[in-house]
Amino acid sequence: MNAGKYIRDIWNGFTSLLKGMKRTGYYFTHHKEIITQQYPDNRNDLKLPERFKGEVVMPHNEKNEHRCTGCQACELACPNGSIKVIFKNELTPEGKKKKAIDKLVYHLELCTMCNLCVEACPSDAIKMAQTFEHSVFDRNKLTKILNKPESKIMDGVE
Amino acid sequence: MWSFSDIANNIHNWLSNQFNPTWTMIFEMLIAGVCVIGLFAMLGLVLVIMERKVSAWMQIRLGPNRVGPKGMFQSLADTVKLMVKEGMTPWGADKTLFNLAPFIAMIVAMLLLAPIAFASNFQLWDINIGVLYVSAVSSLSVISILMAGWASNNKYSLLGAMRSGAQIVSYELSAGLSILAIIVLTGDLRFSTIIASQADGWWIFKGHIPVIIAFITFIIAVTAETNRAPFDMAEAESELTAGFHTEYSGMKFALFFLAEYVNVFIVCAIGATLFLGGPMPLHIGHWEGFNHAMDYIPSSVWFFGKTFFLIFLIMWFRWTFPRLRIDQLLRLEWKYLLPISMINLLLITAMAILKWHF
Repeated sequence: MNAGKYIRDIWNGFTSLLKGMKRTGYYFTHHKEIITQQYPDNRNDLKLPERFKGEVVMPHNEKNEHRCTGCQACELACPNGSIKVIFKNELTPEGKKKKAIDKLVYHLELCTMCNLCVEACPSDAIKMAQTFEHSVFDRNKLTKILNKPESKIMDGVE
Repeated sequence: MWSFSDIANNIHNWLSNQFNPTWTMIFEMLIAGVCVIGLFAMLGLVLVIMERKVSAWMQIRLGPNRVGPKGMFQSLADTVKLMVKEGMTPWGADKTLFNLAPFIAMIVAMLLLAPIAFASNFQLWDINIGVLYVSAVSSLSVISILMAGWASNNKYSLLGAMRSGAQIVSYELSAGLSILAIIVLTGDLRFSTIIASQADGWWIFKGHIPVIIAFITFIIAVTAETNRAPFDMAEAESELTAGFHTEYSGMKFALFFLAEYVNVFIVCAIGATLFLGGPMPLHIGHWEGFNHAMDYIPSSVWFFGKTFFLIFLIMWFRWTFPRLRIDQLLRLEWKYLLPISMINLLLITAMAILKWHF
């Protein structure tokens, strides 16, 4: 080891440690940077990050209609089988039989919030909600049916 | 003006009037013992909450904030919890050594407190080899750690204790050499003489760059000697669960925990005394007005201010720097700190002989 490298090593180590101390010193003196939320106290005005994911939901409009066509893309995309699509046959006004979803079963207890189902959906029928208070006493309550009862597919969504 | 030395003299005079010299001595020893234990309890409470708040703010967190105003009574609640917990002795442990080890850690910390001057003319024991005494007794603390690690009959504890032994033995060298730098400049081992020599300016200002290098070496070495992160090889939570105190619980664990913080206080107090003038106020050259204003601040405030500044510095290190591996730790000491402090000591000796310092 030559002397120049030895001194350079010491200098580089010293300056990089000082750089780290400058950063933590900045955080120590600037309490506005604190990101901790005092959760049960601020329950009414939570500030969640934009990409925070809590559970999969299916938005319905005011006429109780959703956008899900039952294409099963979400079921195929799901890496651990959290989503099952169950079909039923529906009669169209012309008297034809048409495939439609009966239930979109979502297992919250299996879901890892990977967002792949939402990305796979071609008709934007499902999205991630930011609710996170999911604790229940009975595990069966975590198996949810995403489409509301009596809901229908929205007009114009194929 | 109010000062610690006046109070001590008043108590001494009052006791001398009431009792004969032997009883006066015994009562003074008792009072000093109670004060030391009280100081330890206060230090434990204050330093733990300080560390938790400092670490929280440096990591953009809030820290404890539920017990008392802004969470300031958190360490009090923790103390109550530790006192009511069961102090277990494991089945396979060497019971005598296991139960003795935490007390040895505390006794070493208490012994180290003896020669420290908390205010001007306020010392438990102004021994003429003060600095030597401190550096000799502080190496005893490794015995308590080795004892705890060996007696626990647990491989994690033993590994932690062995690492701690290697670490303390190596880092004592550079701590000793950087203390020697100040001894060379003052020419005395007595704490009161060292403090008196800094009346016209602290050594860190009077001694140019070599003393600043010695100060940095001292701070690094004592951080390693007190087994604190980034040199926490003895505890190493990530690989050895808790190192030498893995098997300890309840009050015996609390004694180790307290001994760590008291040791931090003591090494910072020694650092403040040697390099930052201890209870001496800040004086700048011939600014008579400024010097006079600084004299109005009590010497105990200066001492505790400097000590807590150094404690904050060591906490800042802990929550900023990455931890070292055991081989990196030993390389830092033997390849970097030791040669640097040796050359530095040579420079300071030349400086002291040629009277280059102020």
